[in-house]
Amino acid sequence: MSLVHVTTKVNGDEAEFLCEPRETLLDVLRDRLGLTGSKEGCGTGDCGACSVTIDGRLVSSCLVLGVEAEGKEIATIEGMAQGEALHPLQRKFIEHAALQCGFCTPGILVAAKSLLEKDPDPSEEDIRYWLAGNLCRCTGYDKIVRAVQDAAKEMREGV
Amino acid sequence: MAFDQEKDQFRVLGTRPDRPDGLDKVTGKARYGADMSASGMLHGAIVRSPHAHARIVKIDASKALAMKGVKAVVTRADFPDGQKGEDWNIMENCMAGERALYDGHAVAAVAATTPWLARDAAKAVEVEYEILPHVTDVDKAMQDGAPVIREGAANYSVPEGMHPNVVRFIEFGHGDVEKGFEEADVVMENSYTTEATHQGYIEPHACLAQMGSDGRGELWCCTQGHWFVRRMSAACLGIEVSKLRVTPSEIGGGFGGKTTVFIDPVALALSRKADRPVKIVMSREEVLRATGPTAAASMDVKIGMTKDGKMTAGKAVFRMTGGAFPMAPVDSALACAFACYDLENVQHEGYDVMSNRPKQAAYRAPGSPMAAFAVESLVDEMCRELKLDPLEVRLKNAAKEGTKSSAGPTYPRIGLVETLEAAKAHPHFTAPLGPNQGRGIASGYWMNWGGETSVSLALSEDGTVTVSVGTPDIGGSRASVAMMAAEALGVEYEDVRVNVVETGALGVNEPTHGSRATFATGLATIEAATQAKKTLCERAAAKWGIDAEAVIWEDGCAKPSGPNAGEFPPLSIGEICAKMGRTGGPISGHFEATPMGFGGSFGTHIVDVEVDPETGHTSVVRYTVVQDAGKAIHPSYVEGQFQGGAAQGIGWALNEEYIYGEDGRLQNPIFLDYRVPVASDLPMIDTVIVEVPNPGHPYGVRGVGETGITPPLPAIANAVADATGQRLRGLPVSPPKILAAIKG
Amino acid sequence: MRYHKPASFAQAIDIASTSEGITRFLAGGTDVLVQLRADIVSPDDLIDIKHISGVREITKRADGGYDIGIAVSGAEMSEDDVLMADWPGLVEAMDLIGSTQVQGRATLVGNLCNASPAADSVPAMIAAGVTLTVEGPTGAREVAVEDIPTGPGKTALEKGEMITKVHVPARGENAGDAYLRFIPRTEMDIAVVGCGVNLRLEGDTITEARVALGAVAPVAALVPEAAKALIGTTLDEAALAALAKAAQEACNPIDDKRGTIAFRTDVAGVLAQRAAKIAYARAKGETK
Repeated sequence: MSLVHVTTKVNGDEAEFLCEPRETLLDVLRDRLGLTGSKEGCGTGDCGACSVTIDGRLVSSCLVLGVEAEGKEIATIEGMAQGEALHPLQRKFIEHAALQCGFCTPGILVAAKSLLEKDPDPSEEDIRYWLAGNLCRCTGYDKIVRAVQDAAKEMREGV
Repeated sequence: MAFDQEKDQFRVLGTRPDRPDGLDKVTGKARYGADMSASGMLHGAIVRSPHAHARIVKIDASKALAMKGVKAVVTRADFPDGQKGEDWNIMENCMAGERALYDGHAVAAVAATTPWLARDAAKAVEVEYEILPHVTDVDKAMQDGAPVIREGAANYSVPEGMHPNVVRFIEFGHGDVEKGFEEADVVMENSYTTEATHQGYIEPHACLAQMGSDGRGELWCCTQGHWFVRRMSAACLGIEVSKLRVTPSEIGGGFGGKTTVFIDPVALALSRKADRPVKIVMSREEVLRATGPTAAASMDVKIGMTKDGKMTAGKAVFRMTGGAFPMAPVDSALACAFACYDLENVQHEGYDVMSNRPKQAAYRAPGSPMAAFAVESLVDEMCRELKLDPLEVRLKNAAKEGTKSSAGPTYPRIGLVETLEAAKAHPHFTAPLGPNQGRGIASGYWMNWGGETSVSLALSEDGTVTVSVGTPDIGGSRASVAMMAAEALGVEYEDVRVNVVETGALGVNEPTHGSRATFATGLATIEAATQAKKTLCERAAAKWGIDAEAVIWEDGCAKPSGPNAGEFPPLSIGEICAKMGRTGGPISGHFEATPMGFGGSFGTHIVDVEVDPETGHTSVVRYTVVQDAGKAIHPSYVEGQFQGGAAQGIGWALNEEYIYGEDGRLQNPIFLDYRVPVASDLPMIDTVIVEVPNPGHPYGVRGVGETGITPPLPAIANAVADATGQRLRGLPVSPPKILAAIKG
Repeated sequence: MRYHKPASFAQAIDIASTSEGITRFLAGGTDVLVQLRADIVSPDDLIDIKHISGVREITKRADGGYDIGIAVSGAEMSEDDVLMADWPGLVEAMDLIGSTQVQGRATLVGNLCNASPAADSVPAMIAAGVTLTVEGPTGAREVAVEDIPTGPGKTALEKGEMITKVHVPARGENAGDAYLRFIPRTEMDIAVVGCGVNLRLEGDTITEARVALGAVAPVAALVPEAAKALIGTTLDEAALAALAKAAQEACNPIDDKRGTIAFRTDVAGVLAQRAAKIAYARAKGETK
């Protein structure tokens, strides 16, 4: 199967790669660009562990082809912190013990960031439905929801 | 090492510091099973049986091997014979021999230069099967005429005349149950079923293997226990255990399902054959079809009770199938069945039954959730019948210190009564219910575990501390171990680094299972710290020229034990360590043992559900977990265990199940149809941490990981019964079943 | 597999009609990629239609209706306040599909052409009277949504044909629509039963009605008897009972891992009633 040349931008940096047309964006991020922060939990768009944004839109990268990244801007968990400064969501997840095994965490953080960009003051229900496509098997979601609420509050109040 | 009665004030324990691995896990840097690469690495893929039961007539890999980039194919012929007992079962499960025993059973594997190519090559392997009759239902598998999974698999315990699929029979109890039933005012007996469920960890199994031509191997994998992986893999490959070194990755959930091996021996065999590193990463479908779900259960329970709620006798007969291999957890299910009750007369019978399902693996308190579902449902039914408060009845019959447990041994100090009292006092217990809502309560138990444990604690030149442990950190154990080390040594939490080290670095450690990591690794860490403190005191004594016995360790410093010892300014750990090279060499502590002082944990849950009377849809509207932690080292992660256990139990009760078709194939091997709870399915889960110290741990730790999954199954069923008036005795209590019951 | 990025419908049709193997159109990919991974479909030619001009646009027509481009995602529909105000049932049906992440990609036409009997947007589109432009090597035609699926996984589209535009009718006055589905969880499931209802009133009386059911037969379909049960009524108890009966009689479901025949039939009646109440309240302007 012949390879396709793709030029894209990942976390603000230009990126080029060759891939088979059937490779997913998740395959490309992990295996060709070495960005293993996005995880594969299901490969069918049911778990959200591979969440990234494309041109600001939240997607499951297992349901996007690598070739579709041409000319797009991709954002992954690796680009969430600004240098040493963690995003408030990242800090609050640690503070609230909102992760146990941590495998779903990158996807949940990317998804939650996307929510707060759209709605800075989501209700508990808003958070739960927005994150319904991000499975977490460890926490029962309680501390995740609290961490998102707390991060949203901090971001609103500009503390 | 017994509980230190004097020590009730803690400096570090009970606080909530940031976990040391938090930063890596929120930034995507943490490396899990599939995140490692090696030079020249190949990718493996596994060929799996599409049949529930079939003889493997022929495997033709010539087309696969002819594909450009395909480097090796292995079948069972590439593994040596001669494994015995459970090793043979593990080998047979990792790679089928003469027959495929369940849908998804591995029959061959390929290694190729890319993951997609490996998948293509696996499809090109031609396997000729002779389809055999199959059975997947536990009750049917015991009946005359059921296809025999494996002749001669039954052990000595099985009475004459049982079907060959019954491979173990268990019987125990005490008192006289018939007499007990005669003393009762009401005797009720009912049958209950639970379907198999999967642990559902979000990280699929993954490993990276490298076998050299010198017969030595390296393995990187996600596992709860890398010494187990080493032993099992070596047995499959026919090599000496020490030839293999296993390094655990970060682990993306296990819940018991990552205490065994599925792909590791296969990757090693492929690597041996191709002479290149081989990575295998399972797909979700493979995880659900071929890795350990829990057992499916069919259970009869009989209880006698007086009009005022005193239980006079209990009898449990459980049948469980753990797939095409022995070891369904029917023994632990029975041991937990009546664990909450002080019963003079109790009898248990258990049947371990083989069927054409995947080999069961441990799942959080293996067996106990099913047992609790049956017993706690019947207790609730009897309370309704006798118009008694279910919580008061539990209190009236609660096991406590000195009670002869249903499993036999007499309980040391336990905390069931305290959890019941805390549940009773919780505002949830008396909150008003809305229309179509119902409330359920239930208690549950897990005995916890000690297990082989080896820990090293080394002091650095600046007095900071490194602890090497062998229990992979699934949910914050590095934090709790660091806290215990800091507490024991009198240093800051931030000055302790805990590493989960590979199999070459410590003696054998059992996995992170049985709720043992905080208990056993913690205990070993405290002992290792005690050893290090002894050396620190000796160094101070030598400097001061006094007896070592005259030096005490307090607040991270060596101090003279009293005025008689002489007057010396305290020597800090940093001051002593700065000079350790010249005062006798490195200072460390080491401890290894199989601690037996583990203490069981009881929990009581309260749940409110709302059932849509027109559709049977159940919403969990309020949930409270009360559980005895013994001592909560890091309360946030204790709460997290409570909440996570409750969520898994809720899923098991409401929507999760293995669905087999007539053809014996698993019909729902993706997360779309294997329905674990999503964020919008659950309410906040309130927690109450009860602390009744475990007499067998210096800080009173019990271990909290498993008990939490046990009460939700009956609590939900009891709540649904309260809301609808309908008692459902088969899990999951899914909407079609509830609606059918409502409509009669 | 060859990956194509045609710049026009003509090019896309040309690729599809001249391909000698299996072709698939790629818009959101939320079904195609799953099928690719699971070896259900291995296309020889994958035609990404997102680079054709206009496919990402929602346009309000002069008659008050809407033309929706075939690559418009569910999220983009939900964010269109004007469309949402006119056709909340249709937009909500689309929004129920999959996760937030899936919403970022999934499209109406993809949902329709995947031809699952349980597709959420399809009963809502049928109830709304949505039509489609189908173009192929031999020209273009207008087709009603209900005429596209012919069975599970099968459509009436010929080789080389593709849907090029979605036409939503003008909402008009005193009208409302609603879609409800039953799933065991609260999200992320495939519909066990789905029901779309679209009503128009004069005063309190229903004058026009369309009711469509999903997941209870091999294809999602209009249920004219259910509509008849509503027309001329004020959605009183008798009308609701007649509606439920008509909906249940239209069911021809299967027993499967997601639900039983009896359950699906019962719930079809329940959802028809509930959706009708929501659509009625919307038509009266009482709710959004």
